[in-house]
Amino acid sequence: MQLWYRICELLPLELLQWDFMKNALLAILIMTPLLGLTSTMIVTGKMSFFSDALGHSAFTGIAIGCICGIGNPTWVAVAFSVLFALLFSFVRSRSSHTADTLIGVFSSTAVALGIFIATFGGGSFTKYNTYLIGDILSVTPAEIGMLAIVLVAVIVFWVLFSNRMTLTSIHPQLASSRGISTGTVQTIFTTVIAVIVTLAISWVVMLILNSLLVLPGASARNVAKNIKQYHLYSVLFALIAGIAGLVISYYLGASAGASICLVLAVLFAITFCLRKAGR
Amino acid sequence: MNIGTHGGSCSHSCCLRVQNLSVKIGSESILTDVNMHVHCGELVALIGPNGAGKSTLLKAILGQQEYSGVISFSVPGQRNRHAKIGYVPQTPSFDPGDPVTVADLFACCMSKRPAFLGISKAMREKILACLQRVSGEELVDKRVGTLSGGELQRVLLALALEPLPNVLILDEPLSGVDVEGMEALMEMLDDILKTYDLSIVMTTHDFGMLHKYADQVYLIDRGVVCSGTAAEVLDSRSFHQVFHRKGGI
Repeated sequence: MQLWYRICELLPLELLQWDFMKNALLAILIMTPLLGLTSTMIVTGKMSFFSDALGHSAFTGIAIGCICGIGNPTWVAVAFSVLFALLFSFVRSRSSHTADTLIGVFSSTAVALGIFIATFGGGSFTKYNTYLIGDILSVTPAEIGMLAIVLVAVIVFWVLFSNRMTLTSIHPQLASSRGISTGTVQTIFTTVIAVIVTLAISWVVMLILNSLLVLPGASARNVAKNIKQYHLYSVLFALIAGIAGLVISYYLGASAGASICLVLAVLFAITFCLRKAGR
Repeated sequence: MNIGTHGGSCSHSCCLRVQNLSVKIGSESILTDVNMHVHCGELVALIGPNGAGKSTLLKAILGQQEYSGVISFSVPGQRNRHAKIGYVPQTPSFDPGDPVTVADLFACCMSKRPAFLGISKAMREKILACLQRVSGEELVDKRVGTLSGGELQRVLLALALEPLPNVLILDEPLSGVDVEGMEALMEMLDDILKTYDLSIVMTTHDFGMLHKYADQVYLIDRGVVCSGTAAEVLDSRSFHQVFHRKGGI
């Protein structure tokens, strides 16, 4: 961290005189590529509502963790989200309902359970506000270290599984005929999303987290011509929006998460117009 | 996709055997007691009305559908040999918005190197060689979702031929392809049969092609109703009964 602080001090930026801004910038440099990478497969696999539902289940996990008196409820939330993801995959593979119906069922049940637990016995809801309006400016060096470990793990996972995930997303039957265990690939991927979403809600407003998981990939999809460009643009857009959003939030005094999201929305609009112009 | 060996006697160099195969989904019987014998170098067509169980039979051979009975493959003189199956799915629909090129699709199937890191020169050469088999080199950089029906069938055929399978399965390859495209595709399959040591099993509703290209035809309607040459099956009473009962072809 000391090396990072020194690098920041060399940069002629007023906002980097504060330690919490230095931490936030480093967290963004780690978290946005993570979200950009994951976004490609969420968009291709048409799983945007699923990741939204996972955010809701994470909140329920946090409520359970708090009730159980666990100091850091994030790990309970991770465990609950993974359980939620696995249960969803299991029911989906054995149900005739479409994915969006099942997502609705699981999402609303998770939220209702979370609110029920949080308010059980007349409890106050306000202690959960951190998770509903999470802030990247509150990130600590220890949490940045954890984010870095997750980023490395996801990159390794991507190198090993991305070909199989792509094939499973675009044509499961074809993937299966090539010897790919599509069920296993989907289960592992949903578990990865569950972990990322749950860890991220401490620093990004829960209500807009999903847009960070969808917009980079959706914008990249507008202009990319192949898989390589798709990943490159998605990570780049997430990174640009992360840095720009942090700077905007500092000077305008607005929420960093919301600013990042709005920059991504602008990038989506621009790439959408470029796509139209390119036709 | 691999299927096991069988020890039955057959004078041909290799063959695929389906014995007493039945498929039940819930309480509904989809296929009952199917027996089929496909020799190397043969094109076998499965015909039948919609919902007759043709695609289910293919899925069972592919291992994507649970079944009772035996599906086996034999190569005389080679023990423990497993059949490699190439598969071209029915009406394959790819999202035109997905930035996945034909080269990406091949790389995802053939390469251990992740496609998002780019495709190596050697892999691109290999992909072009695969596409050459179906005269489709010019399609290499096109998005999969923007290909026409005929182009997509050719690309998926090239993909199914890598690695070279023992059995090539095509589910309704002629649907969504115009008349000229149909003729070209069937000629291509005929060439493949002559060039490589494999057999082809395909489902189709286009009976006009059967006389010229199919070695065996199986009429399927919840089981094998009759089988034989195209002339034998298409002129049979069973054929007319099945399609008359179902209200035409």
